[in-house]
Amino acid sequence: MRGSRDTKPGKHARVRKYGAELQRCQLEATPVEQGDYHPLKPIIVTDSRSRRGGRKGSTSSSSSSSSSVAMDPLSSMMEGTDPLSLFAAASASEVPTLSHSSSSVELGRKQRENEDEVGADFEPWSAKRGEILSRFTTTEKLSINLFMGSEKNKASSPSSAVSEKVRTRLEELDDLEEGSQRELLNLSQQDYVKRIEELNQSLKEAWASDQKVKALKIVIQCSKLLSDTSVIQFYPSKFVLITDILDTFGRLVYERIWSMCSDPRPQPDSFSVEDVNDTAKETCLNWFFKIASIRELIPRLYVEAAILKCNRFLNKTGIQETLPRLTAMIRGIGDPLVAVYARAYLCRVGMEVAPHLKDSLNKNFFDLLASFRQIHSDTVQNQLVIQRVEIPVYLTLYSPAIHWILQCVAYRAPDVLLTEMMERCKKLGNNALLLNSVMWAFRPEFVAARATDFIGMIKDCDEAGFPKHLLFGSLGRSLACADPAESERLPILNEAWKVITKVRSPQDYINCAEIWVEFTCRHFTKREVNTVLADIIKHMTPDRAFEDAYPQLQSVMKKILTYFHNFSVLFSMEKFLPFMDMFQKDSVRVEVCKSIMEVFIKHQQEPTRDPVILNALLHVCKTMHDSVNALTVEDEKRSLALLINGFIRMVSFGRDFEQQLSFCVEARATFCNLETVIIQLIHTVNQLAMETKRVMGGNHSRKTAAFVRACAAYSFITIPSLTSIFSRLHLYLLSGQVALANQCLSQADAFLKAAVSILPEVPRTISVEGKQRSSEAFLLDFINSFLSTLLVVPDHPEQGVLYLVRGLLNMVQDYTWEDNSDAKVRVYISALPLLAAMSQENYLYTIPKVDSNETLYGGDPKFVAEISRLCETLIGQVLDHLKTLGREEGVRRQGSIAFALFSVLLAHGDLRNNKLNQLAVNLWNLSHKNGYCETRTSVRTLEHIKQQAQQPELSHLSDMLLRLSLQSRA
Amino acid sequence: CFVYVDLRLRKHIYEVLAGVVVITSKEAVQHQGISLTMEGLVNLQLSSKSVGVFEAFYNSVKVRDPPWTRIKVAKLVPPFRNENKGHPPQLLLYTLRCDMRRPLLAKDLSKTCEFMLHCQPQKSKVQPSPVDFTISPETLQNVKERNSLAKFLVRGHLDATNCVITQPLTGELVVESSEVAIKSIELQLVRVETCGCAEGYARDATEIQNIQIAEGDVCHGLPIPIYMVFPRLFTCPTLETTNFKVEFEMNVVIVLHDDHLITENFPLKLCRV
Repeated sequence: MRGSRDTKPGKHARVRKYGAELQRCQLEATPVEQGDYHPLKPIIVTDSRSRRGGRKGSTSSSSSSSSSVAMDPLSSMMEGTDPLSLFAAASASEVPTLSHSSSSVELGRKQRENEDEVGADFEPWSAKRGEILSRFTTTEKLSINLFMGSEKNKASSPSSAVSEKVRTRLEELDDLEEGSQRELLNLSQQDYVKRIEELNQSLKEAWASDQKVKALKIVIQCSKLLSDTSVIQFYPSKFVLITDILDTFGRLVYERIWSMCSDPRPQPDSFSVEDVNDTAKETCLNWFFKIASIRELIPRLYVEAAILKCNRFLNKTGIQETLPRLTAMIRGIGDPLVAVYARAYLCRVGMEVAPHLKDSLNKNFFDLLASFRQIHSDTVQNQLVIQRVEIPVYLTLYSPAIHWILQCVAYRAPDVLLTEMMERCKKLGNNALLLNSVMWAFRPEFVAARATDFIGMIKDCDEAGFPKHLLFGSLGRSLACADPAESERLPILNEAWKVITKVRSPQDYINCAEIWVEFTCRHFTKREVNTVLADIIKHMTPDRAFEDAYPQLQSVMKKILTYFHNFSVLFSMEKFLPFMDMFQKDSVRVEVCKSIMEVFIKHQQEPTRDPVILNALLHVCKTMHDSVNALTVEDEKRSLALLINGFIRMVSFGRDFEQQLSFCVEARATFCNLETVIIQLIHTVNQLAMETKRVMGGNHSRKTAAFVRACAAYSFITIPSLTSIFSRLHLYLLSGQVALANQCLSQADAFLKAAVSILPEVPRTISVEGKQRSSEAFLLDFINSFLSTLLVVPDHPEQGVLYLVRGLLNMVQDYTWEDNSDAKVRVYISALPLLAAMSQENYLYTIPKVDSNETLYGGDPKFVAEISRLCETLIGQVLDHLKTLGREEGVRRQGSIAFALFSVLLAHGDLRNNKLNQLAVNLWNLSHKNGYCETRTSVRTLEHIKQQAQQPELSHLSDMLLRLSLQSRA
Repeated sequence: CFVYVDLRLRKHIYEVLAGVVVITSKEAVQHQGISLTMEGLVNLQLSSKSVGVFEAFYNSVKVRDPPWTRIKVAKLVPPFRNENKGHPPQLLLYTLRCDMRRPLLAKDLSKTCEFMLHCQPQKSKVQPSPVDFTISPETLQNVKERNSLAKFLVRGHLDATNCVITQPLTGELVVESSEVAIKSIELQLVRVETCGCAEGYARDATEIQNIQIAEGDVCHGLPIPIYMVFPRLFTCPTLETTNFKVEFEMNVVIVLHDDHLITENFPLKLCRV
């Protein structure tokens, strides 16, 4: 504006006195007396207190800050505890645990009630179910025999001329109708499971369609299958499947009778016999009569056990009387395996329905002991020969049932009882099977205290019977949870390992060794663990046996990592890395590496420079990185990168900055496929440069100057390898700022120039979290922050004035913006404040030891004129754009842009300039022309102007104010 | 015109048999009286071989006087109560018949309905009568070659042979030894009905329940419980009259692996208290 009245001709921007403005904006500080109430005061107090505590606890800065996080300023404001944690505390105290000792009567009563129930510490059957199903499988063919009719139908001989297959098919045609006979032969295990599930379904359907008799028949037929011990190795799984059906049946019957007696009003769960009406009682009695007349022993036993709970409807003592009777009834089962599973089922039902009736549980166990010799009877031996099943395999079939029985017996049982049981087991010959279950089911503390005795007993066991490694496995499991006496630990480990190391089969060996690793890690040092690892390696390497044992080996690794958090100790174990080498399958290897890194990140408190750790972890990370290929999914890459980043953050060489840089160089070469890691490395190097500056107190020596330049070079050559354009842009800008802060002017220039030069590459849409979105908003954000940096960047001596600003604006002009977008104009508008700031005598901010343009040009009129020219051009462009908008359907956008420009002029322009003043008024009117302007904003703006006008140097604003009106409201 | 006669009895009513006669018709019905007839009769199912022998008295048994009464009702839906205090055993077939006599040209209508009787508890006290038993090759009857038998010894006891019909039969059984493996041990409940007159008598034994108490080669020396619930529909208190008897027996049947059967018989006396 050549013709302005301003003292400095050609200057559009108003003169700013930043210091004075800041002063004016600041709040008045008033001193607070010690006793005064101040909302923020308590925070300060707690903060300082916690920080003191933090310093005491740990020397590292990170931990002290994390400990102060725990002090919530909000909660410390409260009187006492906050309401939420009060509730939580109240509900927590409502669940008294057994360990909770209180003399109050109330608690004592609750505790007594608790004994009648099964607590959370009792491992429920549902937890065992899956394990049994997956462990006891078979490839042999199975068969299901169902005779839905009367017993006489059984006589129809299967020796007809029709082939078996055809017969099966024909039988599949008729459903489970009355009198139908069904024999399914040659079923694979999957088919078998499917069939049983179908039976379960048809039971539910029959029940739902009121065919109670059919439902009962299905249940009877199913439980009859449990007397069949052909394909004996599948028996435990069969038991699980069929007892599921029985459970369903028991529930259905109970619920039906329960709903009958809740006819007038629903009964509470704790109803008494008197509340049950006659119809319900009669129905219930009917069920029991029907079941009592079932001919065969095993179905009669199982079905009655299934509806045991229904005894509650008949009389108070029903369950108490029935349980011992059923227990005795099992003695009639000749096959020991069938009998022991029947006992397990009875114990299960007993625990569910009446956990306080311990006597029948104990009786079950004693009966089991009394009939224990049956296992070695001729009948059983003959059967095993026919089925070609070896004794050790056969014996393991018993484990789930005996485990369960003992678990029920041992649950909250006094030590005296357990000791008695153990003595009884001891007296029996061939007691390895029982011993195993005792160790498995009794309290770990109980077992641990007698560990030496147990080892002795295990040694005495017969070699040909129950596999010894399983015995040691069970012992190890107990010792993993409970600690034996200190002095016994080493002898125990030695004795156990002596046996374990002799196990021939690698699979058996590793199953057992895996368990004992926990005990070893828990009580011993790296030396013993190292020995154990060496032994594992020795056993698992021949014939590549480790290939079949990855889950176990992984578990070994997990246990070691649980107990060894000190990585320098861990990696100094000679055999640790060789152990890792056994994970040769890629996917497993990566899994293991990930678990190591997770533990490292979680537990490594302080940055490290330990070469052992660094080498090993670099190797681990490299393995993870190398697993990335074209097919790796994005999430996997992200999680890997996260782990590697965690490692990189933990590496610190202290003052040895050069080594840190060379580590970054090495890391960059190693992790080139993971972009996130590369970004992290650039950040690390930038941080390194800033750290160097901090150490040098801002004055770089020749050596450090060279070093920070090397850092800049590192960033400069690394950034282009990134594919994400916005990562590149932001890193260029950031690195440019870092270079500037470190007085590397030419490097900074290069960074910023590079950023400008790749601007045209920014695509119109980018993918954000899998969705295509317009990149415009991101680009505008970036340009705005870029512009604010440009204020302090001095002009390059060989390039023209405002070289970078011009370059940027040119790029903006040439960029192919979206159609119908105002982005370009918005960039122009946001460039105006920058230009205004640049024309000030003293800049708003500067970088220490870097001369900005304010010093270079010293407010040279030529420079100011250049800025003004640029401003004029920009404003001209904006006005042109406003004109085009007026022609089109863009009046709303026109209003908003006009208002934006008005605001900028108001804030930064020198409105004493008539032309500018007129322009501002015109823009105001234009923005209000079509009534799209938000009235509240307009009113506030007017108020703001009024306020500004009170300052002497801005008094001219009051004149302008008169010319601004809220036309739209008229 | 169509007229239906229906009988609806209320269940579980003791001492009094009560219900309604429902007559359904579209128009007015003319009748000459409605009568209820109650009949009790023993239905003997003789086995094929005894048919000829006992046919003579079979007919004479059939005409045993039924304890019936007749009540004339006039209402269209007449409720009835039939006082009945007999003590006949359960397995007699009781029927109630309703007849509606109608004028000429219209058929008489009738409807029959079965019902069961629970006899009243006896006042007398039951004397417990425990029985110990031993089964071995020596105790067996009707064995041809005693020497060729495999050795075995089964001991046991029944808590009572005088049983209360609502209480289970209990006892214990121990297989002390057995050379041949045991396949199964069963309890067989048998009902013995005897009909007779001066000319002779017919005896008919039916298995009414069979309960397996042991399956497979059971553990020797371990007592196995004997436990049997008497089936409600097939048992009644033991009945002894001059020409009609209903008695019960229990057999302990031991099936050996070579399918040999060993049976021990125990007569039972059932009563209701």
